[in-house]
Amino acid sequence: MSGFVVDSTVSSGNSSVAIPTDISGQILDLDEDDDLEVFSKDTTVTDGSSFNASMQTSPASMINQYKFEEDAEDTKDIFVTVDNPESHVTAIETYITYRVVTKTTRSEFDSSEFEVRRRYQDFLWLKGRLEEAHPTLIVHPLPEKFVVKGMVERFNEDFIETRRRALHRFLNKIAEHPIFSSSEDFKIFLTAAPGELTSYKKQGPGFLSRMGETVKAVAAAVRGVRNRPQEFTEMQEYVEAFSQKISSLDKVTQRIVREQKEYLEELKECGPTYALWSQSEEELAEPLKDVAGCVDRCCKETEEQVKNLNDNLIPVLHEYALCTDTLKMRDDLDKAEDRLEWANNALKSDWTRWQKDMRTDLRSAFVDTAERNVNYYEKCLAVWESFLHSQRTDAEGNGNVDFS
Amino acid sequence: SARVMPTQERKLFSSTLFHKIFKAHTSLSLKKCKGCLYKISTSMVEKGTSLLKMMEISVAEAEKRTGKNAVNMQETYTVYLIETRPVDAASEGTNPVPDSLWRRYSEFELLRNYLLVTYPFSVVPPLPEKRAEFVWHKLSADNMDPDFVERRRVGLENFLLRVASHPDLSSDKIFYSFLTEENGWKETVFETGFQAKADSRLKALNATFRVKNPDKRFAEMKHYGDELQSVISQLLRVRARAADRLYGVYKVHGNYGRVFSEWSAIEKEMGDGLQSAGHHMDAYAASVDDILEEEEHYADQLKEYLFYADALRAVCRKHELTQYELEMAAQDLTSKKQQREELATGTIRTFSLKGMTSKLFGQETPEQREAKVKMLETQIEEGEELVKERNTECEEFVKSAWVDIERFKEQKDHDLREALISYAIMQISMCKKGIQVWNNAKECFSKM
Repeated sequence: MSGFVVDSTVSSGNSSVAIPTDISGQILDLDEDDDLEVFSKDTTVTDGSSFNASMQTSPASMINQYKFEEDAEDTKDIFVTVDNPESHVTAIETYITYRVVTKTTRSEFDSSEFEVRRRYQDFLWLKGRLEEAHPTLIVHPLPEKFVVKGMVERFNEDFIETRRRALHRFLNKIAEHPIFSSSEDFKIFLTAAPGELTSYKKQGPGFLSRMGETVKAVAAAVRGVRNRPQEFTEMQEYVEAFSQKISSLDKVTQRIVREQKEYLEELKECGPTYALWSQSEEELAEPLKDVAGCVDRCCKETEEQVKNLNDNLIPVLHEYALCTDTLKMRDDLDKAEDRLEWANNALKSDWTRWQKDMRTDLRSAFVDTAERNVNYYEKCLAVWESFLHSQRTDAEGNGNVDFS
Repeated sequence: SARVMPTQERKLFSSTLFHKIFKAHTSLSLKKCKGCLYKISTSMVEKGTSLLKMMEISVAEAEKRTGKNAVNMQETYTVYLIETRPVDAASEGTNPVPDSLWRRYSEFELLRNYLLVTYPFSVVPPLPEKRAEFVWHKLSADNMDPDFVERRRVGLENFLLRVASHPDLSSDKIFYSFLTEENGWKETVFETGFQAKADSRLKALNATFRVKNPDKRFAEMKHYGDELQSVISQLLRVRARAADRLYGVYKVHGNYGRVFSEWSAIEKEMGDGLQSAGHHMDAYAASVDDILEEEEHYADQLKEYLFYADALRAVCRKHELTQYELEMAAQDLTSKKQQREELATGTIRTFSLKGMTSKLFGQETPEQREAKVKMLETQIEEGEELVKERNTECEEFVKSAWVDIERFKEQKDHDLREALISYAIMQISMCKKGIQVWNNAKECFSKM
């Protein structure tokens, strides 16, 4: 399904970032070709009038809000889904948009249901904003722009589906996060019409990013001998070790997929060989044909199993591997002044929260994988048992063999 | 067919079958039964055969020996222990020590070559392969490798059982003495003079010749033999490659075990779940060794029929040779008769140098012609005898060969069907193991 969407918004106001209409699309597009960057390099300052709502609360009240939210897991009041990928063709490019549906009872939202279409760039933008605003907190990673291994084209079905799922997970992580979900940027992302979003984006990084920059600058300046809290050191050590493990698991799983695919290639030749044989035989023709059928069915199940690994386990492992890259980068930020004490506390809570989330995600990913593997073997078992059964009934019919 | 045993007798017969390990099993279970499956496929042997009625035969052990060979050089080789025991002894409940002797592979080969020459119309059971072929990376191609030796031991036993249950071959004296006379057996074989026959046969078979009126049935059989050989080779190749890959899949899961274990060390709550899940992954990785070992037995069953295909083709080729020799004799006779006719009537229809020279340089004398005619008459008489002989030979060959081919067909259909069934059972066993491991792993994961 491809619709023809024309991006014809005009930037209003701020002359320093005014971009003529006709090339606005182009400039935004250039980003698509760059590698995914974790932190935005854009530090242009506009008028301070537009700043992120998140910073309006004082650090202290933020902690309180945080603690309060931690217990509110069961009272989820915002639901976000990402689905319905559609491709769009313009004169300059082809791209995919995804439908983002929001259902919420929160009072900050003007209505209870929203439906918008967003493209990958928009998600990137949101992530960047959240990271700027909360440099010490953990933002869930986005899928990479291009999958390096085994990818043929950007827009093949499997790729789009895998990406869709990852984007869905990303937004849900934001929605579930006590601080991020109240972000103004997040709200705009979920609710703004395309034109609105574009102009909002053009306002550039707000006061908050300056704040973020200040934090970084202070941290860099004060790199003295400071008593790092014990927990912090432990956390960093853990992050280091964890990131190794998770990326090992990612690699192992990818290796398994590779081996399975090669196994499948060979197995695919077995069935036809049995079938070929059956053509030379009389009495044996039937059982040989049956075996050929069984092998072919097992091939299909193996194919399914490989796809499952690719679609489910690998993306999750991959995302957590990306997470740890983010985590490791935060090393500078802990050597901070007292004025960033609040950051440490929020950081700790966020860290605990993240760990809990991680455990849940990985546990369910592995449980899911194990279940699918059981399923795979059960299906293959059924295939061969039915063959055996058919042979038994034949044999007993002819009075030949006793299978007891 | 009258040769097929009714169900009850078969059950009884197969239960008296002796293979040490097989004794412990009465069902088609696979566990820890090296060679068991292989034996089951040959358990449906025919009862009416003399030798197996009288004695139990087994190749019980294999041993390495070193000695000097024909050119006085040191060599290492393997010998196999052949044990025989009278059948009545076992059924009476007493367990006397079996008679035994050691033989090496080359002696088995000698025996088989003797049988091939002496019973050209029989589909002679094949020996296990001389060198390991269709190996996948973990299997050794080394003849001294203990796994290879073990599989060969089973194959040799199978060969002896096949011969001992063959209606024609089982009553052969040389075969009997192979099983019972350790010393001097080789000499006895050579004394039969089979070697000379073997050489001439070999030469004849290797020469290219064409039969004028090929027997359709044998031509079809030969073609079937070709196809069987080709398709089983292909199957063995593909299977070996798939086995190699499957090995890789399972073994990589061992890495999960390692990483989970390491990871569990840095986790508090998840630690136990991860650790035990890791153990299950290790078990999964290890399980492939048994799985593939069992599959090797299946491959061995296929290999036997790969080589049987060759034996079948050999019979067809020998028939062709017999037919050809008959045709040659008949042709020769016809040409001699024609010559006689020409001499008698004076017309020359067949070209002969003598005829031409006599035309050119003058006629021969009546005495000369008389002598010639007499010689031809003798030759024609002899020729007619030869044709009669060869004709009988051919007819008998066809009769005997066709009987054995039919017997072989039935045996093949039965054995291969059993092999396919055993393959299915193996797959089922593999799936059950997989289900168990992953269910266990799932439990551990959910405790994370």
